[in-house]
Amino acid sequence: MENLRLDFLYQLMLTGLIIGTLYGVVGMSFVLIYKASKVINMAQGEFLLIGAWICWYFLIEYQLPFWIGFPLTLIVMMVFGIVLQVVVLRPLIGEPIISVIMVTIGLSIVFQALMKWLFGVSPQPYPQIFASPTVDVLGAQIRTVYVLSIVVSLVIVGGFAWFFKFSKMGLAMRATAFDQQAAQSLGVSVKSVFAMSWAISAMVSSVAGIVVGVVNSVSSDLSFFGIKVFPAVILGGLDSIIGAVVGGIIIGLLEHFAVYVDLYAGIGNLQQIVPFYVLVIILMIKPYGLFGTRDIERV
Amino acid sequence: MTAAMAEGAAETAPPLLSVNNIEVVYNDVILVLRGLSLEVPKGEIIALLGANGAGKSTTLKAISGLLKTEDGEVTRGSISYDGETINGLDPGAIVRKGIFQVMEGRRIIQDMTAHENLRLGAHTRRDRAGIAADIERVYAYFPRLKERTGLAGYLSGGEQQMLAIGRALMAKPKLILMDEPSMGLSPLLVREVFGIIEQLNRDLGITILLVEQNARMALEAASYGYIMENGKVVLDGTAEQLKSNEDVKEFYLGGGGGERRSFKNLKSFKRRKRWL
Ligand SMILES: Nc1ncnc2c1ncn2[C@@H]1O[C@H](COP(=O)(O)OP(=O)(O)O)[C@@H](O)[C@H]1O
Ligand SMILES: [Mg+2]
Repeated sequence: MENLRLDFLYQLMLTGLIIGTLYGVVGMSFVLIYKASKVINMAQGEFLLIGAWICWYFLIEYQLPFWIGFPLTLIVMMVFGIVLQVVVLRPLIGEPIISVIMVTIGLSIVFQALMKWLFGVSPQPYPQIFASPTVDVLGAQIRTVYVLSIVVSLVIVGGFAWFFKFSKMGLAMRATAFDQQAAQSLGVSVKSVFAMSWAISAMVSSVAGIVVGVVNSVSSDLSFFGIKVFPAVILGGLDSIIGAVVGGIIIGLLEHFAVYVDLYAGIGNLQQIVPFYVLVIILMIKPYGLFGTRDIERV
Repeated sequence: MTAAMAEGAAETAPPLLSVNNIEVVYNDVILVLRGLSLEVPKGEIIALLGANGAGKSTTLKAISGLLKTEDGEVTRGSISYDGETINGLDPGAIVRKGIFQVMEGRRIIQDMTAHENLRLGAHTRRDRAGIAADIERVYAYFPRLKERTGLAGYLSGGEQQMLAIGRALMAKPKLILMDEPSMGLSPLLVREVFGIIEQLNRDLGITILLVEQNARMALEAASYGYIMENGKVVLDGTAEQLKSNEDVKEFYLGGGGGERRSFKNLKSFKRRKRWL
């Protein structure tokens, strides 16, 4: 009996780590937009939702195999991010940041409604993608999609590191984040930096949306997953990409540990609340997060 | 005599850059430049001098297109470079044409390394091999930068100025607009930086429009100078003419007689004796 519960804890923590990495990945894409343009994107959760529906549509309606439908979704999301930036956000450059944030709240509501209108209100499961739904990881049964998820997450984190260190666009984005006018004096187009940040953000978020969709089926609950990213990025520091990953993992582990505690405490739904307790505590004791830059309050 | 000769030369070869009677307005209301004209002949170092707030940086931003980023606009006149009108273009397009502004305060990207800052300077270029070779060339000019592998924010003021100049070179500019390179540097470093500016001009043939508060150093390096006040050129001439001009001596070269006036006296004196 005792032993069984430790097994359960191990399995929970492993799942927490994987889910946490997903929070981290979505967190990174959130921070990316914030760093480039100081916009807090309240529609980040809807990026997951849209990505998951588009991939679902490719797999169900067009009967595409996952390995085609998945990359195709990423391309569609990239285009979606660019169009969104160019059509909705670019005209707002120069407006007060708070108005832009209000617009993203509006976007989130519009996207929610649009998805319900296009795909209906009932949750839709993904087709069976993997030959066996779970695999054995050092004694714990882990869903195959989670294994894929952690691999894809690591590739994304590595990709980000490479992109910001070595690519021309990555350098331009960092320069823009640090000093927009100085970047422009070097010939960097701030317009393309902003468009790129939304494109990458939408694309990366949709990966998380697809993974969670495969596990739980696609429904508007997905944007709630996106909301958990707030505690993660606040914990890590709003303007730190590494912070987002670390914050995401901590939140993932904590909420899954909460499930274990709940087993004994019997509070019920502790998992749902824990991230937001963390959010409040962090805001009280360490408002810049673990890796955040102090002067971000000047914004 | 010399001015006449310069004019004769200007007629045969049009200047690389000419600013014709421009008017600049910020936020649609604040009129800062009121009919400013100047010419920068190819291969020269031209000084643009004037007190704080005269509109020197605004002039450079009008040329480089950065005015747009501050809600400023050229509302009258024109700026032509290499035979083309360039006012209204994006800063990126202007960098691609070969004009590069080294902004006041150096504006190094502090959370990047020196090497990354240099790569950033080549943002408008596509030739990978050429970029790598040019980074080495910049290091040859500024060996100290190569030793610094940490973040550029930790470099000294002098090193940051050298990095800013090195970063400009990475764009392969024909014309560099240099805004107060001596700002905040010790006299020894100022000398070193000016030495570098003259060397770039001599060895690489880069034309330089040099904005300075340090008129003495600037007129040593430059062949010709303009003096601005209140958004206008109030005096121009060869460096020699300006250096021997009594008013310039009094205002910019630190008083002819050597006796110090108090700041208060100097101010009222200035008010009485402005050029316009
Ligand atoms: N972005 C701006 N918006 C409004 N006014 C400005 C701006 N930049 C400069 N000015 C004003 O224009 C005048 C000239 O400034 P500037 O060109 O920076 O002078 P200088 O470089 O000669 O010290 C100053 O009065 C300054 O207050
Ligand atoms: Mg200035």
